[in-house]
Amino acid sequence: MRGREAREQAERKAVMATLAQSAGDDIVRLWDEAGLPCEAELLRGPETGLVTVRGRIGGGGAPFNVGEATVTRATVRLASGHVGHCYALGRDKQKARLAAIADALWQDPAHRNEVEIRIVAPLQAALAKAREQRRAETAATKVDFFTMVRGED
Amino acid sequence: MYVAVKGGETAIRNAHKLLADRRRGDRSVPALRLDQIVEQLALGVDRVMSEGSLYDRELAALAIVQARGDMIEAIFLVRAYRTTLPRFGYTRAIDTGTMLVERRVSATYKDLPGGQLLGPTFDYTHRLLDPELAAGGDVAEPEQRAGEAEAMPRVSAILAREGLIEPDGDMPGDHVPGDITREPLEFPMARDIRLQALSRGDEGFLLALGYSTQRGYARNHPFVGEVRIGEVELELDVPELPFAVPLGSIRVTECQMVNQFKGSAKAPPQFTRGYGLVFGQSERKAMAMALCDRALRASELGEDVIAAAQDEEFVISHSDNVQATGFVEHLKLPHYVDFQAELDLVRRIRTEHDARENAGKDEEKRQAAE
Repeated sequence: MRGREAREQAERKAVMATLAQSAGDDIVRLWDEAGLPCEAELLRGPETGLVTVRGRIGGGGAPFNVGEATVTRATVRLASGHVGHCYALGRDKQKARLAAIADALWQDPAHRNEVEIRIVAPLQAALAKAREQRRAETAATKVDFFTMVRGED
Repeated sequence: MYVAVKGGETAIRNAHKLLADRRRGDRSVPALRLDQIVEQLALGVDRVMSEGSLYDRELAALAIVQARGDMIEAIFLVRAYRTTLPRFGYTRAIDTGTMLVERRVSATYKDLPGGQLLGPTFDYTHRLLDPELAAGGDVAEPEQRAGEAEAMPRVSAILAREGLIEPDGDMPGDHVPGDITREPLEFPMARDIRLQALSRGDEGFLLALGYSTQRGYARNHPFVGEVRIGEVELELDVPELPFAVPLGSIRVTECQMVNQFKGSAKAPPQFTRGYGLVFGQSERKAMAMALCDRALRASELGEDVIAAAQDEEFVISHSDNVQATGFVEHLKLPHYVDFQAELDLVRRIRTEHDARENAGKDEEKRQAAE
C-alpha cells in the first residue's frame, strides 16, 4: 500500500513538473484540442509571488540564498471534489489555473488517462525533444583533444 | 530654520513626458518588443536578473526598455518591483551536478568526465565587428552531435578524491541561512550571507576587486577549476503537498575557483576554494564573485588582511549598485537649505579668517614701521 502511494506521488510530481516546465500557450492549445473541462472552483489564486532560490556553498555545502524568482500558483476544486495545485515559475496566471485543473483531473480516476494522453504526454515529448536538441547542440562544441607525437618513438 | 520648498510639479510632469518621448525615439523606427530583448539581448537580461536579484526574463526586458538601456536603472526597477510581491518560501537548494549543461570548461583538468564543452561562448572569437550582423542576414542552425548524455560531476568532487582540496563550505548543523532581504547587514558576516550579497553585487565592482587580487592585492593564485552554465530545476516545499513541488527550471552560471594555499596556523597546505553562483549566463560575474569570495575568507584561513578585496565591510557595503547609485545620485536633488546653511557658515569663517589675517598684516606693518 505504501509502495503504491509513493509511486502515485512520484507520478503526480512528474506530471506537475511537466506542466510547470511547459509554456502556457502549449497547455492552452492542447487543452482546447482535448476538449477537457476548464470549469473549476478557484480556492486560491491564481496569484503571483516570489520564491527565494537557494544554492549550496561550493556546489554541495551549506545552503545560501541566491536571489528570488517569480512564481504563480493556483488551487482549484472540481465538482467531483478533487483539489488540484499548481506552482510554476513566471507570471502566467492562465497556465497556473489550467495546470491546477490538470492536477485535479489527474487525481480523478475517471480523467487520469485522458490527462496523461492528451495533455501530459505531448508536453513531455516536446520537452524531451527540446532538451535533446540542446544537449546535441552543446555536444557539438565538445573539445576533442589529440596528442601531437614528436620524434621517431 | 527649515524652509519647505514646493514647486516644479509641471516641470516634473513635462520632464517625464519628454522622457517617454525620447525613450521611444524616432517613431518611424519600429518599437522594440520584449520578446526581441529576451531573445537577442539575452545577456543584458541576465545581468538585470542577477543584480536585480529576481529571475524573470520578461520583467527584466521590460526594465531594460523602460530604463532606455541603463542597466543600473533597470536593476533598480526590478528591485523595486520585487518588494510588491508576497513571498511563498525558500526553494530546496539547487543541485548544479544535475544541470542540463550548455557550457562547461575547466582550466585545471583537460580530460574530466563529461569533457570540455565550449557552448555559446565569445572565447576564441576575434572581436572584429561583424558587418553581416548589421545587415541582418539569416543565421545558420547550429551543429548537433548525437551521443549518450554523459554525467558531469563537479570538478571539486574529482579533486576531493586526493584530499588535497578543502571540502565544499559547511556551516554548523543548526545554522539557518541568513537572508539580507530580511535582516540588516552585520559585520563580520557568515559566508552564506556574504555569498548572497556577492551574487547580487555589481559586476563591474566585483570584477575590479577580483582583478586587484590577481595583480597582487591579496594574491591567492587562482585557477578556474570549473565554470558551468545551464539549467537547473527548482523545487519548493509547500504544506499542501506531501512532496516538494517542481517549479520549472532556471539558468545559472557556477564557478569553482581553486586557489593554491601554502597553509597557515589555521589550515594545512592545500587547495582552497572560492565559489560563484549567479542567475543567467554570466561567467565573468561568477568568476569575479568566486575571486572575491576566496579573498574575503582571509580571516577564516588565517591570512593577513592587507588589501581592499579582503575587507568584508568594505566589499559588501559597497557591492550593491542600487544602494550605491541611490546615495551618489541623491546628491543632485535639491539641497538648497543645507547648502544655504553651509554658505552662511563658510562666509562667517571666511570673515573671521580675513579679520585675523588683516590684523596680522597690520601688526607686521606696525612692527616694520617701528
